[in-house]
Amino acid sequence: MSTMLLDAGHSAIQVIPISWYVTFSAVLFGMGVLGVLYRRNAIIILMCIEMMLNAVNLLLVAFSAQHSDPRAQVFVFFVMAVAAAEVAVGLAILMIIYRNTKTTDIDALNKLKG
Amino acid sequence: MIQLAWLIPVLPLLGFAIIGLGGKKLSKGQISLVGCGSVLLAFLLSLGIFFQLHGQSEVVKVASWFATGRLSVDFSFLIDPLSVLFMLIITGVGFLIHLYSTGYMHDDDGYHRFFSYMNLFVFFMLLLVMGSNYILMFVGWEGVGLCSYLLIGFWFKNTEYNNAAKKAFIVNRIGDLGFLLGMILIYVTFKSLDFSVVFKGVHDNAYNQSIYNTIGILLFIGACGKSAQIPLYTWLPDAMAGPTPVSALIHAATMVTSGIYMITRSSVIFINAPVASEVVALIGVLTAVFAATIGLFQNDIKKVLAYSTVSQLGYMFLGLGVGAFTGGVFHVMTHAFFKALLFLCAGSVIHAMSGEQDIRRMGGLKKALPITHLTFLIGTLAISGLPPFSGFFSKDEILGHVYEHEGSGKLYWVLGVIGSMLTAFYMFRLYFLTFHGKFRGTHEQEHHLHESPKSMTVPLMILAGLAAVAGFLGIPNAHQHLLYNFLEPGYGYAKTWIEGPSHFGGEELKLMLIAIASAGAAIYLAFMIYRKNNVLPKEKEEDMPKIQRVIFHKYYVDEFYDAVIRKPLDWLSEMFYKFFELKFIDGIVNGIGSGVKWMGSMARYVQTGSIGFYLFAMSLAVMLIFMIKFF
Repeated sequence: MSTMLLDAGHSAIQVIPISWYVTFSAVLFGMGVLGVLYRRNAIIILMCIEMMLNAVNLLLVAFSAQHSDPRAQVFVFFVMAVAAAEVAVGLAILMIIYRNTKTTDIDALNKLKG
Repeated sequence: MIQLAWLIPVLPLLGFAIIGLGGKKLSKGQISLVGCGSVLLAFLLSLGIFFQLHGQSEVVKVASWFATGRLSVDFSFLIDPLSVLFMLIITGVGFLIHLYSTGYMHDDDGYHRFFSYMNLFVFFMLLLVMGSNYILMFVGWEGVGLCSYLLIGFWFKNTEYNNAAKKAFIVNRIGDLGFLLGMILIYVTFKSLDFSVVFKGVHDNAYNQSIYNTIGILLFIGACGKSAQIPLYTWLPDAMAGPTPVSALIHAATMVTSGIYMITRSSVIFINAPVASEVVALIGVLTAVFAATIGLFQNDIKKVLAYSTVSQLGYMFLGLGVGAFTGGVFHVMTHAFFKALLFLCAGSVIHAMSGEQDIRRMGGLKKALPITHLTFLIGTLAISGLPPFSGFFSKDEILGHVYEHEGSGKLYWVLGVIGSMLTAFYMFRLYFLTFHGKFRGTHEQEHHLHESPKSMTVPLMILAGLAAVAGFLGIPNAHQHLLYNFLEPGYGYAKTWIEGPSHFGGEELKLMLIAIASAGAAIYLAFMIYRKNNVLPKEKEEDMPKIQRVIFHKYYVDEFYDAVIRKPLDWLSEMFYKFFELKFIDGIVNGIGSGVKWMGSMARYVQTGSIGFYLFAMSLAVMLIFMIKFF
C-alpha cells in the first residue's frame, strides 16, 4: 500500500494527515513554553526555547510538503540560522554567568532590580 | 568702464579683508597704504564712470543672488547719475578722511582695527547706493549700521562709549523695522523689489495713492532712524563718542545721508504720495529748527556739530518733502564737504588740545592753528549760508522751493529761515569761542598747542576748497544748474513732476536777500556777544536762566524717552520675568521633569529582578497579543 501511494507521486510525509503534525507541534511548543516558565536552570530554559523554535520549524516543513510549496522551507533555514546565532550568544552569556556566580539558577540572578 | 563698476565696492572690501586678517602683522605704513589706496582707487574708478556717463542708467549684473517662488534677487548694481554722484561723495570725501585718519589715529593701539572698519564701512555704503534693488540697498543699510556701531564703540574700554554705540544701534533698529515693513509692502504690491519694476509699477498705477502714502511713510520711518530725524535723532549726538574721523565720515558726510538717498531713489513713489511727502517736509522742518535750538547752548565742540548735522539733515528732508529732490541731493553734497571739513577741523583742535572737547577750555587758538582756523572759518561761513560759499546755494535752492510749495510752504519757509539764523548764530558762537579771545585751558595744554601734521591739514585744505566753490554747481538758473542737468535724466518716471532749478530774479531774489540778511544779523549778534563782550558760557547750571537750562539739557528728550519708553519696558519685562518666566514657563519645564520622575518611581517596581517573572510576563504578553489579534 505504501509503495502504491509513493508511486502516485506522494512523499512519505504527505501520507500522514496534517492534523497530526499540528497537534504534535502544538504539544512540543507547549512543552517548550512550560519548560521556560517552570524550570530554573538557565541551560534547560535555553533548550526549551530551542524546542519551541523547532516545533515551529516542523510545522513549516509539514505545511510545505502538504502544499508542495518550497517557500516555507526557506523560512526554516532562516529560523535555524537565527537559532544557531542565539545559542552561540546565549551559551556564551551563560558561561560568563557561571564563571561569576558558580550557578546557572536564574533565581540567583536578581541583583538588577528597580 | 561702466561694466567695471562692480570693482568699486569690492576694492574697499578687499582692503577690509587684508587689514582685518593681517591685523597687527602689518606695519602702520602698509595699513595706511591699503586703507587709503583701496578707497582712492574706488574714487578714481567712480570718476572714470562719471565721465563716461551721459545721463543713461545702466544695470551691471554681477550674479544672481537668490530666487524663491516669484521673488528673484540679483546681485547687480545700478549706475545712474544719482548713484554716481553718491559714489563720488563717498569715495572722494571718504578718501580724504582716510588720509586724515592716518595722522589723527597715528598713536592709537587699534590702528589696524580702525582702518579695517572704515574700509568695511565704505564697502557697505557703496553697496547701499549702488544696489539695483531694495534688498541690496537694505544689506548696505544694515551694514553701515553695523560699522557705525563698531566705530562709535571703537574705544570699547569706556562704558559710556559702548552705551552710545548700543543706543545708536538700537534706535536705528526701530527705523529699520519701518524700512523693512515698507519693503514688504512694496513686494506685496508689485511682486518685485527691483527698482526698475517697482518704479514702472508706480508709474502705471499712479492713482493708487493710499498705498503709496503708507509705503512712503514706512520708508521715511527708516530714513528717520538712519538720518537722525525727530523722533529718532537722539542717537546721533551720543554717537560723537567715536573717533572724530568717524564722526566726519559716517555721522556727517555719508551714512546719515542714506535716508535722503533712499527717498530720492524712491522719488517716483513719493511724488505719488502727497501725504507721505507732507510728513517728510513737516518732520524735516521741525527737526531743522529743534536741533538748531539745542545747538545754541552746547559746550562740547563735537556736540554742537552733531546737532547742526541733525538740523541740516532736517533741511534736506524739507527739500525732499516739497519735491525739490535736486535741492536735497545738492545739500547732501555741499553738507558732505563743509560738515566733514568742520568735523575734521574739530578733530584737529581736539588733537592740539590733547583730547579736550569743551569749548569753555579753549579760546585764542587762531595763532597756534592757522590752517585749522582758516579752514574752519570757511566751513562755518558755508554752513551759515553766506554767498559765495557752497551752503548758501544748496540751502537757498531748498528754501526757494519750500516757499513755492502749496499749502504750508510759507510757514515752512519762515521756520527754515529761523533755523538758518540759529545755525549761523551757534556756529559763529563756536567759532569765536574756539579761535578767538584768550586761551582758557591749562598751562600744560597751552604749552602743547601745535598745528596738526601735513596728513591732516592737506585734507582740510582740499575740503575747504570744495566747501567754498561747490555751490557753483548749482547756480539758480535753468541753464547753469549743472547738478540739475546732471541728475535730471536719472529721475526716470518722476522727471516731469520734480521741481526744476529755482529761478534767479524777482521774488526769488528777495527771499535770498532776506535769508542772507538774517544770517548776517545772527553772525553779528554772535560777534557782539562772544567776541566783543567776551561772554563765556556759564560753568554752573544754577546760573543759567530756566529756558536755557532746559535747552542745555536737550529739552530732556532723552529723559523723556527714558521715562516713557525704557522704564515701562523695563517694568514690563521685569513683570514678565517674575510671573510669566518664573511661574509659567519654569512651571511647565519643571512640571514635565517631575512628572517623568514620578512615573519612573512608579514604573521601577515592575523591574523585580526575578528572571522567572520576566519570562512569565513575556509569555503572558505574547499570548495576550495573539488573543487580541485572533479573537
